[in-house]
Amino acid sequence: MALRRTPCYESHKQLDARLVDFAGFEMPVQYTSIKREHAAVREHAGVFDVSHMGQIHFAGPKAVETVERLVTCPVASLKQQGVRYGMLCNERGGVVDDVTVYRIADDVLFLCVNAANIEKDLAWIRQHSPDDAGVQDRSAETGLIALQGPMSAALLASVGAPHAAKLGRFSFATALVHSMETLISRTGYTGSDGFEIYVGAGSCQRVFQALLAAGEQVEGGRAIPCGLGARDTLRLEAALPLYGHELDDETSPLEAGLDRFVKREQGGFLGAEAIEQRAAQGHVRRLVGFELSERGVARDGHPILVDGEPCGRVTSGAPSPTLDKSIGLGYLPTEHAETGKPIAIEIRGKSVAARIVETPFVRARKR
Amino acid sequence: MAEFELPEECFYTREDEWVRHDGSIAYLGVTDYAQDQLGDIVFVELPEVGATLSQGDPFGVIESVKAVSDLYAPLSGEVIEVNEDLADAPETINESCYGDGWLLAVAPSDTGELETLMNAPDYAQYIKERQD
Repeated sequence: MALRRTPCYESHKQLDARLVDFAGFEMPVQYTSIKREHAAVREHAGVFDVSHMGQIHFAGPKAVETVERLVTCPVASLKQQGVRYGMLCNERGGVVDDVTVYRIADDVLFLCVNAANIEKDLAWIRQHSPDDAGVQDRSAETGLIALQGPMSAALLASVGAPHAAKLGRFSFATALVHSMETLISRTGYTGSDGFEIYVGAGSCQRVFQALLAAGEQVEGGRAIPCGLGARDTLRLEAALPLYGHELDDETSPLEAGLDRFVKREQGGFLGAEAIEQRAAQGHVRRLVGFELSERGVARDGHPILVDGEPCGRVTSGAPSPTLDKSIGLGYLPTEHAETGKPIAIEIRGKSVAARIVETPFVRARKR
Repeated sequence: MAEFELPEECFYTREDEWVRHDGSIAYLGVTDYAQDQLGDIVFVELPEVGATLSQGDPFGVIESVKAVSDLYAPLSGEVIEVNEDLADAPETINESCYGDGWLLAVAPSDTGELETLMNAPDYAQYIKERQD
């Protein structure tokens, strides 16, 4: 099957990006250097095309109660122009997808979902939504640009959206960027301050280019295009889970340490009973963060050793450009999941010393 | 498309390593094209002095932020020196892949093997074929 392209594809070609297949989309993994793009986000600003992500809308009198039942986070209490992170869970308490919920109006919401899961999510959502929940897939017609890094607010001001600077974390507003209608939310997937800018597919490339051009004008505000490679190392430093790695259809949100995004008291959402049942039985494993004490790079799938015995597996691993050491996430039996514990990662048959550490690995956000 | 540095005095493999034969010693490393494709190099795993290389066989590993790749011996012989500086500064390979970023010095067991490798113009063509 031919790879799909985002509305910014021509820009990626012009910028000589290295393009790879990601979830069926031809996406930029890097433009110049992952380390350089990573550093730009931590120190200045980076611009990411993440238009491959999906947007599923709900509109009508049943919209709120439907989404309330679908996701693990509270929805009725979410204010207009507010965003919450949560998960869709199956009847086994496993994670169908992790999503952000946007409340546009009293009875209008949308979910931003992972590109690889759009079809799966839609099938699951339609199966559990009444006809009058107004479910609509707007993924193809919606572009999404992430502007991340401490200079992001200044850059948005320079393209005509000065009010973005006043947005609180996890809130959004509509704004005109060079007279194009956008929805700007103060959210992101990097651990740094920043924004995600939803815009119609037809205007998306112009917003992408406008932000890069503004990055050359604002004093101290260098913004460079950043690819999925830097997005991955940034989110790993912030210990943000990636679906298909830390989360999947069998993993409970609680095993992944995402308790605070689950309305356990309130309940009443899909998967709630199974999640509580699994918690009552005691989770057999927990997600931990670790750093290597020796040289090497832990990668997804490497065995984690405790006292020389394989006990779990790495789910994500990479060199941390900010810390200049190798970090990773992985699951271990609950009895071994304690901060400071010495472990080892088996890398190509060799045991490399590591220890369990607190996450996030990097706290970059100042506000 | 980017232009790649291809020193005339080197021989090249289909796995994107180079060899430079100076009398009795052969130095080897990865090519400019390879380091560009890999991106930021963060780790190399190399054999120790005294190890034996066999042409075409994997002898080590090179890792970038995103990917892990095997290194293949461009010729057979005994390892007589390892570039120890790379352990602390693997990014040297990105900065100077034919110079300070060399990997190993080898005493070749059969210099005739060099004739099975590509010269610079042939390797340039081989890069071009893969870019099209």
